[in-house]
Amino acid sequence: MRWNKVLTCGGFFLTGIFAVLLSGCGQGTADGIELLNVSYDPTRELWQELNAQFIPAHERKTGQHVTIKQSHASSGGQARSVIDGLEADVVTLALWSDTDALRKKGLIADGWEERLPHHSLAYFSTIVFVVRKDNPKGIKTWSDLVKPGVEVITPNPKTSGNGRLSFLAAWGAVQQCGGSEEDACDFVTKLYQHTPVLDNGARGSTTTFAQKKIGDVHLTWENEAYLEVAETPGELEIVYPPVSIRAEPFVAVVDGNVDRKGTRAVAEAYLQFLYSDEAQHTLAKHHYRPINETIRKQYTAQLPELKLFPITAVAADWEDAQQKFFANGAIFDTIYQPSR
Amino acid sequence: MATISRRVLPGFSLSLGYAVCYLSLLALIPLAACFLKAASLTPAQFWAAVWNERTRSAYALTFGASLAAAAANAVLGLLVAWVLVRYSFPLKRLFDALVDLPFALPTAVAGLVYSSLYVPNGWLGQFLVPLGIEGAYSRLGIVLVLTFTGFPFVVRTVQPVLEGLEAELEEAASILGANRWQTFRRVLWPPLVPPLLTGFALAFARGLGEYGSVVFVSGNKPFRTEIAPVLIVARLEEFAYREATALAVVLLVMSFGLLAAINLLERWSKNRAT
Repeated sequence: MRWNKVLTCGGFFLTGIFAVLLSGCGQGTADGIELLNVSYDPTRELWQELNAQFIPAHERKTGQHVTIKQSHASSGGQARSVIDGLEADVVTLALWSDTDALRKKGLIADGWEERLPHHSLAYFSTIVFVVRKDNPKGIKTWSDLVKPGVEVITPNPKTSGNGRLSFLAAWGAVQQCGGSEEDACDFVTKLYQHTPVLDNGARGSTTTFAQKKIGDVHLTWENEAYLEVAETPGELEIVYPPVSIRAEPFVAVVDGNVDRKGTRAVAEAYLQFLYSDEAQHTLAKHHYRPINETIRKQYTAQLPELKLFPITAVAADWEDAQQKFFANGAIFDTIYQPSR
Repeated sequence: MATISRRVLPGFSLSLGYAVCYLSLLALIPLAACFLKAASLTPAQFWAAVWNERTRSAYALTFGASLAAAAANAVLGLLVAWVLVRYSFPLKRLFDALVDLPFALPTAVAGLVYSSLYVPNGWLGQFLVPLGIEGAYSRLGIVLVLTFTGFPFVVRTVQPVLEGLEAELEEAASILGANRWQTFRRVLWPPLVPPLLTGFALAFARGLGEYGSVVFVSGNKPFRTEIAPVLIVARLEEFAYREATALAVVLLVMSFGLLAAINLLERWSKNRAT
């Protein structure tokens, strides 16, 4: 019977070795310097172009060759991946709260917004309307969204950053027009009664609106609106509301990872590059609003001026907005009542 | 002195060691981690996270829709298995292979396809929606897509048992004077009950955990078409890991209880059959 015990132990032992070997595989280092940029969904083409500009520029300046890998998924999911161990050197996420979640976990140093120009904001964007060809429902401004018979497509604010910004834009728009908090609350309650579907992500909403042809107006980021219109030639058009929110996708170096990998210098140079004239022009071409005002002014034909209110108009800051509107049991949860 | 192993396969302990190890790695350790994470909440916090009007309606929908879909699959699956075993027809092999398709297809694709078909201007929706049958963004849509994802289970559990039932048994029954109903009721049905229950349980369990397909077809409206896994994702978006895990634990415990009950039922029916 001794053999049985030996075999049992052997089984556990071999499995252990196997497990160690498997976990070791992930840690192989590549030659040269490699950066991982963890970003959100629609920025794939933007970063491809920016990377193609940064790599030769950096090589000319320092003689160092860099390869850059990109990762794209929903902004909140990406933040969780980095928290769970995805070795991002830089994060370029859609929402402040996603980036700041990394700070709370100790991956990014306190005061990270102050380390790069313009509070670590190289570009901004906003929420606009996409409507059917020739705007059959005559949608021009926020109050048109709750007219009888209008259906609004926007993702679930509880599961999508895009959905959260649309909610905040609607809320803020009421206040910008002189409405009180109660007016804003009434408006968003009505707005979500006009929402037949709450997709869990921005992609789902785009499919619902553009492919399944549900709804009359789709609330989405300006750059995504341009993509959506371009993908369905002759079917959709963009409407700029008179006022909307200033969407702020911050960028940050992930301190915890770059210090361990020894990539801090390159990662910082990479993010600094975003503020160069070359990168700012590229951002504008991809329908993001460059932070550099002179360059932004050159693109007013594509990026028309509209009144953009900052997050501070509706809450103390992004963190407060998250708590006030979207935490469990907060305002967004109260606008839905059990139907009985 | 050495005892001679009478087991067919050698190395019982080795294989047991491996089995326990892999089971731990695959299931026990992740599940234990789930419970540990949830246990870091105080009882009051735990209760607040898992038991309120919103979560109750989501549990009811998740379990209700999974049960309905599993029941539909039990009936349809038995029928399909019967046809595949008892009849021969052209392209039968192809149909047989099609049964496994829901396993292979990414469930998000299933969700997208179903919702595109049943929306008011979809291929099927344009005819069904005027009749009041809304197969997209409704509870019915959730049941439809769960029926799709759980479909292979009943067919594949019933099929081998049906194949093993010899036609001679039925002949004997009819020679002994049983009519067709009696033959079915007393000869065919009893051995089919255990695999049917197994298939039912598998399809049900599959439905409980399904997320990818449902979110595309349900519309995720709170209190109406919001399933429990959507609430978990919502809590994760807030980085509320512990609350999210608490919800997962409740789902796990509830499903475990239901599956255990189905297993007992299966054992009971097996004992009765023999």
